[in-house]
Amino acid sequence: MAQSLTPSNIFKDQDRGRSVGKAGEDWKYKFFSYLLLTVIAFTMIVPFMWMLSTSIKPETEILRRNIFPVEPTLDNYHEVINRTDLPLWYKNSFIVAVISTVSVAFFDALAGFVFAKYEFPGKRPIFIIFLTSLMVPTEMLLIPWFIMSSNPPIGGTWVDTYWGIAFPGVITAAGIFLMRQFMQGVPDELLDAGRIDGVSEFGLFWRVAVPLSLPAIGALCIFNFLGNWNAFIWPLIATTRSEMFTLPVGIQQFSSEADTPWNLIMTGASLSVVPLLLVVMIFQRYIIEGIALTGLKG
Amino acid sequence: MRRLLAVLAVLVILFALGAVAGAQDDMVEIEYWQYNFGARVDAMNMLIEQFEAENPGIKVVHNSDIPYANFRDELAASAPAGVGPDVVTLFYGWIPAFVDAGYLVPLPDDPFSEEFILETFSPMVANSKFEGSYWAIPTAVRSLALFWNKDIFADAGLDPESPPANLDDFVAAAVATTVYDGDMKDILSITRQGHAPALASQDHHWFREVLIRQYGGAPYSDDGRTVTYNSEEGCAAFSWLAAFETELMTGSNDILDGSTNAFVNGETALHVDGSFRVGTIARNNPDLNYGVAELPVGPNGERHTFGSYWTHGITRRANDDPARLDAAVKFLQFITTPEAGTLWVNNVGELPAQATAAADEGLQADPILGAFSAGLAYSHATFFVDESAQRQVLIDAFDNIRLGGMDPCEALDEAAAAEQELIDAFWADRE
Amino acid sequence: MGRKANAAGSPRFRWTLARKKIVWAYIFLAIPIVFFAYIRIYPTFFAFQMSLHDYNPLAVEQPYVGLENYEKVVEELSKKKSVTKSAFRNTISYVVFGVPIQLCLALAIAMMLNEIRFMSTLYRILFFLPFVTSTIAIAWVFRMLYQPRFGLFNVILQFLSLPQQPFLTRPQQALPSILALVIWQGMGFAVIIFLAGLKQIPRTYYEAAEVDGASRWHTFRFITMPLLNPSIVYLLVLQTISFLRMFAPVVAMTEQGRGGPLDSTTTVVLRVYREAFQSFNMGYASSLTVVLFAMILGVTIIQLSVTSRRIN
Repeated sequence: MAQSLTPSNIFKDQDRGRSVGKAGEDWKYKFFSYLLLTVIAFTMIVPFMWMLSTSIKPETEILRRNIFPVEPTLDNYHEVINRTDLPLWYKNSFIVAVISTVSVAFFDALAGFVFAKYEFPGKRPIFIIFLTSLMVPTEMLLIPWFIMSSNPPIGGTWVDTYWGIAFPGVITAAGIFLMRQFMQGVPDELLDAGRIDGVSEFGLFWRVAVPLSLPAIGALCIFNFLGNWNAFIWPLIATTRSEMFTLPVGIQQFSSEADTPWNLIMTGASLSVVPLLLVVMIFQRYIIEGIALTGLKG
Repeated sequence: MRRLLAVLAVLVILFALGAVAGAQDDMVEIEYWQYNFGARVDAMNMLIEQFEAENPGIKVVHNSDIPYANFRDELAASAPAGVGPDVVTLFYGWIPAFVDAGYLVPLPDDPFSEEFILETFSPMVANSKFEGSYWAIPTAVRSLALFWNKDIFADAGLDPESPPANLDDFVAAAVATTVYDGDMKDILSITRQGHAPALASQDHHWFREVLIRQYGGAPYSDDGRTVTYNSEEGCAAFSWLAAFETELMTGSNDILDGSTNAFVNGETALHVDGSFRVGTIARNNPDLNYGVAELPVGPNGERHTFGSYWTHGITRRANDDPARLDAAVKFLQFITTPEAGTLWVNNVGELPAQATAAADEGLQADPILGAFSAGLAYSHATFFVDESAQRQVLIDAFDNIRLGGMDPCEALDEAAAAEQELIDAFWADRE
Repeated sequence: MGRKANAAGSPRFRWTLARKKIVWAYIFLAIPIVFFAYIRIYPTFFAFQMSLHDYNPLAVEQPYVGLENYEKVVEELSKKKSVTKSAFRNTISYVVFGVPIQLCLALAIAMMLNEIRFMSTLYRILFFLPFVTSTIAIAWVFRMLYQPRFGLFNVILQFLSLPQQPFLTRPQQALPSILALVIWQGMGFAVIIFLAGLKQIPRTYYEAAEVDGASRWHTFRFITMPLLNPSIVYLLVLQTISFLRMFAPVVAMTEQGRGGPLDSTTTVVLRVYREAFQSFNMGYASSLTVVLFAMILGVTIIQLSVTSRRIN
């Protein structure tokens, strides 16, 4: 069963599940499908077009009713890059996303491996406790986390540190669950053969289980990276200084009490979104199939 | 990960030890926080530089990164950890809440004795005694005045050099200067506004402390503990203000990117705001051809304005260490002198809090700042227990009228009840 | 299973191996256990505890007040009008309108996508793009699209000679406007899940239905729907929870992030944020999060039992 759900063949089996109708009707159905899908696809990209178009408008054109700039300019980009902390926010978002993604990939896979392949006293209760933490909305933990990071056991304060932004997400229950489902597909024979060859338990994980689960780990990494890159409420609470803001927090702060610099906001939004769109287009198959997997296995 | 953390922890400890060792040569470091507002940050940097030159043993760390909207929660983030500012700049209306939480300590009698404050500072500062003590002292104060766009006046055939002197003239000028797109006279077809009431910015102050009084009413009882604006006079004043959006259709905060931006961008004829907006205009639209006049007189012929200020207090944290407390007091004293006030007015556009500097003749004759300076003589500062909540009450009342079609008197009754509840809750906790 | 493979080994080998495995399992789990205990479980109890105190982070003392905070929640909810009441009412509106609309649209799109082959990957990517973009960034883009006069939607309305709309500035339109963004942004995710579910339905079922002369609707009603049940339940639970937790779009799209106009868009989480971090009533805010927790738990349990029973 595990084999039939490896990412590569979820969408491959093109003949399955397609309803079949009479030939003439089928043609009409297809035509309208294409028509409607094109219209919907158009509404999906228009906001991005508007964002990019506004980001190259000079300030004087922002409040005018033209959709495309009359005199396109890169001034907004110069201003955002040179006169705001956006480059720092970029760096922070990246660092935080990398820290938590690396940690999640390692610890979630390791814990998933243990829950899938080991028998030990307390396994069920521990697993259930991990899973029930999924039921507790993070919003409930924000205030305790905030108090904890103001006055933590190690270090003076976690506020305004990368660790302070990243710590709530360095291990995730959902990821452990996903990895457990996957690691169950790792053949026991392989592990036992390794044991007989004197491979250490960690070696079994690192050199047998991980390579066999790379597609799932990859999907987990991508979601985690995206989730952290876009996270808002906790970074908003966990940072006080502009040089520690992440991108979403920074973009939100562009607008002040009396001023909404639309051109800068749209430029910041473009800079935050476009690289991600490129990444998604390159890795789209893994991402989309990874999501599908969570749906089929969750 | 764990090992990495352990290594990091060791490094942090080593750094901390190093820092302590390095700082032992009698250097006192204090932290000062204010919210991010370009001109204020620059002015404070100049003051800090002067202060450090005069006091070589003290170093002031200036944190001014936090945006207005987050300032309060970032202070809260720092408090439990015992980090954060030694000297902090707060809006005067927040002081009761911070005193209530035990966050601020009273200003020491030396040098901030009551006689000294009464003698040298503006009356609105002198009146800020709370629980028998002074808790904070400002560098500068502000008042409200009338901004008008001379070009729009000229376009509408009005004399660009004579701003409306009373409320009737104000209405007439607002109506005359509004331009609509097409024949429809409604809010969404306005292309140029006469006046756009915005309770969220300064108009709630204009209503509270100015319009009500000009209609013969009073916003609060003398002890500030009872809301009294839900009177016939209050309702008349509120109706007058709401009419700009509901009947006269001269503008709205919802269009043209908000009322303040609309004025700064040259799309509104009349706007009530504080002197701090002068700096915004200079930065964002230096070509704007505008003037500033005293607020129009009311039906009873009286002049009033609203005065407010950002004020500096000393925190519990500074109080924990005599050396830091001493440095904090010195710093506070330095940034509230008449000279500091003068530096402030030149860079920020807010008026010096010390009466001697505010009475400067050059200042009173200044075409822009003169109107604000004149207002100091008749300004009122509302005693807020929770400024943002009390502001929200009036924003909601105004929205109920313009969005919900509620009767102004009814909306004001509802607001008064809600605000009274806030005030009562505050005092109930204290007794 | 592992034990069976080792049965050939000496008893001693078996014993030590089983024991060794247990020890290693605990070693591997040590950091995750510490993490969950300290970062997830302890704060959960801490939140309950805070909700019983008048918790102000600026103050030195945090007095115990029993159930006073919960009484305040009840009191606010039973008032004719209060921000908390609006927050709960709006949150429920977001869920009740948002989840069905989003899932129906996504299912329709997934079924259309399932029919086509040419360019299907391109469509899939396009529908999916909004989901991976930062909510804050895209919410600001929509806020601009909704602006009176210069916003794209009103520019289009004017082009079509239709009346201008106030969108975010009127209480009647603000919540649907924000909801539209959230539906738009999250739809791609649901499309992918549905599509994967559809691909799992064996073609033979449809062929049998065709032989029986079943209409398209019958095929949908009696084959597609029941076999999609797992995907539907999964998405219902997931999306309901995510709509219950709505925060960022409201912060980005309303004046000063206040959830206006007239509290018409504010949510429970926004209320928690403002109470905790702007008014410093962390005790009261904690009691609101406990209520939110109860709601999420309740919804999950109800949906799991009801949905799976009905469709089976």
